[in-house]
Amino acid sequence: MIEFCGVGKTYAGGTVAVEDFSYTVQANSLVVLVGSSGSGKTTLLRMVNRMVEPTAGSVLIDGRDVAGLDRVRLRRSIGYVLQAGGLLPHRTIADNVATVPVLNGTRRREARSAVVGLLERVGLDPSCAERYPSQLSGGQQQRVGVARALAADPDILLMDEPFGAVDPIVRRELQDELRRLQRELGKTILLVTHDIDEAFRVGDEVVVLKERGVTAQVGTPADILAHPADAFVRSFVGADRAERRLRTTDVDGRRVLVDDDGRPAGVLVAAEERRTAP
Amino acid sequence: MNLLLEAAAWLADAAHWTGPGSVPVRVLEHLWVTALVVGAAAVVAIPTGVWVGHTGRGRTAVIAFAGAARAVPTLGLLTLLGLWLGIGLGAPLLALVVLAVPSLLAGAYSGVESVDGTTTSAARAIGMSEWQIVTRVELPLAAPVILGGVRAATLQVIATATLAAYIADAGLGRFLFNGLKSRDYAQMLAGALLVTLIALLFEVLLAAAQRRAARAARPAGQKSTSPSNPVFPKGPS
Ligand SMILES: Nc1ncnc2c1ncn2[C@@H]1O[C@H](COP(=O)(O)OP(=O)(O)OP(=O)(O)O)[C@@H](O)[C@H]1O
Ligand SMILES: [Mg+2]
Repeated sequence: MIEFCGVGKTYAGGTVAVEDFSYTVQANSLVVLVGSSGSGKTTLLRMVNRMVEPTAGSVLIDGRDVAGLDRVRLRRSIGYVLQAGGLLPHRTIADNVATVPVLNGTRRREARSAVVGLLERVGLDPSCAERYPSQLSGGQQQRVGVARALAADPDILLMDEPFGAVDPIVRRELQDELRRLQRELGKTILLVTHDIDEAFRVGDEVVVLKERGVTAQVGTPADILAHPADAFVRSFVGADRAERRLRTTDVDGRRVLVDDDGRPAGVLVAAEERRTAP
Repeated sequence: MNLLLEAAAWLADAAHWTGPGSVPVRVLEHLWVTALVVGAAAVVAIPTGVWVGHTGRGRTAVIAFAGAARAVPTLGLLTLLGLWLGIGLGAPLLALVVLAVPSLLAGAYSGVESVDGTTTSAARAIGMSEWQIVTRVELPLAAPVILGGVRAATLQVIATATLAAYIADAGLGRFLFNGLKSRDYAQMLAGALLVTLIALLFEVLLAAAQRRAARAARPAGQKSTSPSNPVFPKGPS
């Protein structure tokens, strides 16, 4: 559980990145902070592992103020996935993934033997273990970043636009894998994105941020779509966009969903027809 | 051409290869002075440069200092130090250290500074201590540039260490000064050739070391185009 208690951040120079933010990320949930560029998402995320020190308020993990914890140990206990992957270019994929366990004192051989399983877990072929980051595509590097974050088996994962650098198809694949990982591993995940579709796709709960980290709305994706709190949220989630406004029409006895422009979006199925949830 | 032959003959003379002040002794002295100077300068300049590159603190001061130290005429400094410290190796060693420091300092701080900030920030965010960031990320990645500084400093010192003979009985510079005094130009040229030879040898060795470091820092060569066989097995759906 991560609690933000009235945190604020004013950078040296006077930029107010976050004014006053309070929110609790429940254990084992996947929460998405979503907002436009400069709304303070990264700043909030980095407060959790003390890469940013709040100038007001405090962040608690399982009830303990992070300000009182040793930074290096705190960071090793939290998985962190960066936008660009942030891999060490002079080390192999295997050594990159094993970084944190090795820092924690696990023997290098032992740590590397766990690498294969981790690579498989994020959908990478273990044969790339002896390659270097620059030999992988952007999407593969991001998967390595996720594997590295998982390596020390942390309870908490922080992800800052982890799928930013990949094309929409791979992006969807990675999003689905993240959901799968979350179900299988039961981590507490805080993910930052400016992509509302991504937020709705992966989040158990979504926090929509305005400028300066002001909370515009908190809720499940369905809540937010059903009842946008105000005009800002309405426009941010695109509640008025044609593809968000669906209605049904009858086509030879099947109920087909079409959007506001009349383009078909899918078919309506009865409850008993539903596939069991994946 | 004639002089070159005379120099070769001087070098071939067995009498110049034994006893005190002979070629091997002078070469060893020269190497010893170079090693001592580059070593001492590195002990001061490289940690300082790495610290400046890592923290970003004192950057202006270091640039100003390196610039000023570069502008100091070594012969003038040597004369001044000689007047102060007297005859002996002390003055030339100190003057040569002043000569070597700027290259080493510049190599160290610019090397570390040029390491991609996202890489070090990522290393910090996953739990490396500052010391670990320096030793495991910045130094390996900056090594080619740092070695570039070592290479430049070493060559400068090898060439300039001839000046040590100006006020001390040491190094290949003795052949130059002796030759000058006795108008023995063959000896002078022989000395100069030996200095050139040593400089070339070190140039080759250090260039190889630098290439090695560059390969270790960028092991996969230039950024490869996307691999022909994408490693994307479908996850269980
Ligand atoms: N180190 C810093 N020093 C000064 N100002 C900063 C610093 N980091 C961020 N800011 C400012 O704080 C505000 C919030 O930045 P932050 O990086 O948290 O935004 P973000 O929501 O992550 O944006 P993006 O989607 O572009 O990544 C911005 O106005 C930014 O310019
Ligand atoms: Mg950001």
